[in-house]
Amino acid sequence: MRLLRSRAALVLGLLAAGGLLLLCLLASVRFGAARIGTWDVIGAFVDYGGSEDDLIIRTLRVPRAVIAALVGAALAVAGAIIQGLTRNPLSDPGILGIEAGAALAVVGSVFILGASSLTTYALFAFAGAAVAAAVVYGFGTLGGGMTPMKLVVAGAALAALLSSLTTAVLIFNQRTLEEIRFWLAGSIAGRDLELLLQVLPYLAVGLLLAFALGRQITALTLGEDVATGLGQRTAWVRFLCIVTVVLLAGGAVAVAGPVGFVGLVVPHVARFFVGVDYRWILPYTALLGAVLLVSADIAARLVLRPQELPVGVMTALVGAPFFIYLARQRVKG
Amino acid sequence: MKGRAIIRPYGGLVSLRLDMRAVAVFAVLALVTFGGVVANVGVGEYPIPPLDVVLALFGVESGDANYGFIVNVLRLPRALVAVLVGAALAVAGAILQGLTKNDLAAPDIVGINAGAGLAAVTLIVAFPSVSAAYLPPAAFCGATVVAVALYLLAWRGSSSPTRLILIGVGLSALATALTTFMITFGDIYQVGQALIWLTGSVYGCSWEQIFTLLPWFAVFMSIALLRFRHLNALNLGDEVATGLGSRVEFERGLLVLSSVALAASAVATAGTIGFVGLMAPHIARRLVGPAHGGLLPVSAMTGGVMVVLADLAGRTLFSPVEIPCGIVTAVVGAPFFLYLLYKTRKT
Repeated sequence: MRLLRSRAALVLGLLAAGGLLLLCLLASVRFGAARIGTWDVIGAFVDYGGSEDDLIIRTLRVPRAVIAALVGAALAVAGAIIQGLTRNPLSDPGILGIEAGAALAVVGSVFILGASSLTTYALFAFAGAAVAAAVVYGFGTLGGGMTPMKLVVAGAALAALLSSLTTAVLIFNQRTLEEIRFWLAGSIAGRDLELLLQVLPYLAVGLLLAFALGRQITALTLGEDVATGLGQRTAWVRFLCIVTVVLLAGGAVAVAGPVGFVGLVVPHVARFFVGVDYRWILPYTALLGAVLLVSADIAARLVLRPQELPVGVMTALVGAPFFIYLARQRVKG
Repeated sequence: MKGRAIIRPYGGLVSLRLDMRAVAVFAVLALVTFGGVVANVGVGEYPIPPLDVVLALFGVESGDANYGFIVNVLRLPRALVAVLVGAALAVAGAILQGLTKNDLAAPDIVGINAGAGLAAVTLIVAFPSVSAAYLPPAAFCGATVVAVALYLLAWRGSSSPTRLILIGVGLSALATALTTFMITFGDIYQVGQALIWLTGSVYGCSWEQIFTLLPWFAVFMSIALLRFRHLNALNLGDEVATGLGSRVEFERGLLVLSSVALAASAVATAGTIGFVGLMAPHIARRLVGPAHGGLLPVSAMTGGVMVVLADLAGRTLFSPVEIPCGIVTAVVGAPFFLYLLYKTRKT
């Protein structure tokens, strides 16, 4: 049940998605709180004069568009991998406790250490995400061998525990809540080039690993026995998958905070187009995730201009209606 | 068969097979629940010894003339609401997990909680002057709107569990996004209040709440418990269920309706207490196995125990500061669940 049946259609679709992403990136550079004309935008690239507009374009808008695209791609690919690994369509990176761990670490850093810079948040977020994922993976492999079922339920339980602790801090400490609520909604406002360079290695390695694992994940989704029968060392592949997810989702959370929806939903959208083969699902997911986050970010800046909405709110508002439509049209039986 | 009792009264008109293990677990959990209620009622500004609590519950005059009033009017409703809400959420979760064959299904995931949460948070943040008494009906409306939308959008000549869940995920994301919007831009004081509601708390519950909740609870809990055979059949797949003589669409509709109604009435009463709907069924499954005849009642009791103990812990741990029980359920429940996972790691 897929929309794109032939190989040519799949390649064309991928090109179309790439083109769409390019359009979104251009729009993201063109539109923003400050009104800058198209020619001035082009001027900022070809004829850099150091004016205020040029600075806005070069140091704010371009990095921001790139960050949005990378974060979107990373979250979506992480979601696709974890759904394949757990063979559960409701899994998302949150199932490894990544978002809950990051949120608790950041809230804790604000509450205990009084941290207040995005760079510190990024550090704590990544550490929290990694620790949470390691604990979940540990429980998932209890008694030898990770079964998807154990991973999923252990992850859900641990994520619930961590987010309860976060809520406890926020309820009893209004100052922390005030400080951190915008970050907790997921946002890429004010992220600069430096922050991007800090997490770029994680995201890049994660994406490369992910694309390299496409064939193995497809085999895993057919079941443990089939994968083993095809000559796969499944425990090793699983471990690599988890590492990839931590790199991607941990890096994304470190930059943008816990942006929901993308990791859960974009893989399904990709599946509606390309079916069950992860060699195609992963690139489509990456491009569509990037498109969703970049366009949600544009909407987040424009809807209540000059006030900005958290992009985590807009991803769902932009993406959910389309997703519901697709689910209604495409899921039969 | 070992460990099972067959009951066939009325010359075989009614036939029941009881799993003795489920019966034993149920009895133990019921005892723990009762103990939890007694402890919950006894603890407070004006402590009452457990024995006097039990006497007062049964209307026996004991040492202090005030005991009867404090126990039955002031404190009992809160403990009972905790048990009812926990049981309702747990059964709602068990039904959804059974129908969708998915371990992650819960009222939270199909947007019922998110709808209730959005309505309540909107009321708290955008209309701070409105009395808190309107919160339960508003939350119930929110949940109902999502449930109706879910059904209308997911129905295409027949219902499919996959479509139902995916559309639920979409609706849930929409409602959660709008809630986050309220939380990010609302006045900080009201946002604090909204967070407490979103966490779930049985603070200040009275008999009035019980009488509002009870009809829903009684009707839909009985439907759920009586349809367990069909849930077992549907859990094996539509073809098997049809082969076993279930009217698939009808039974599924009835079960989804019960699940939604139980979750919505629970959330309207106590806020979105998370974790119970998702985890109580898993805990129950590890205690008595996957057959729904035993699983549903044991889930209900597990949920009741979880919330009543969580409320007790929330009131006593950092007294006089009260921690909403929605926080404690996960803090206490998750380690217990992970322990169970560890104990049963060989399976």
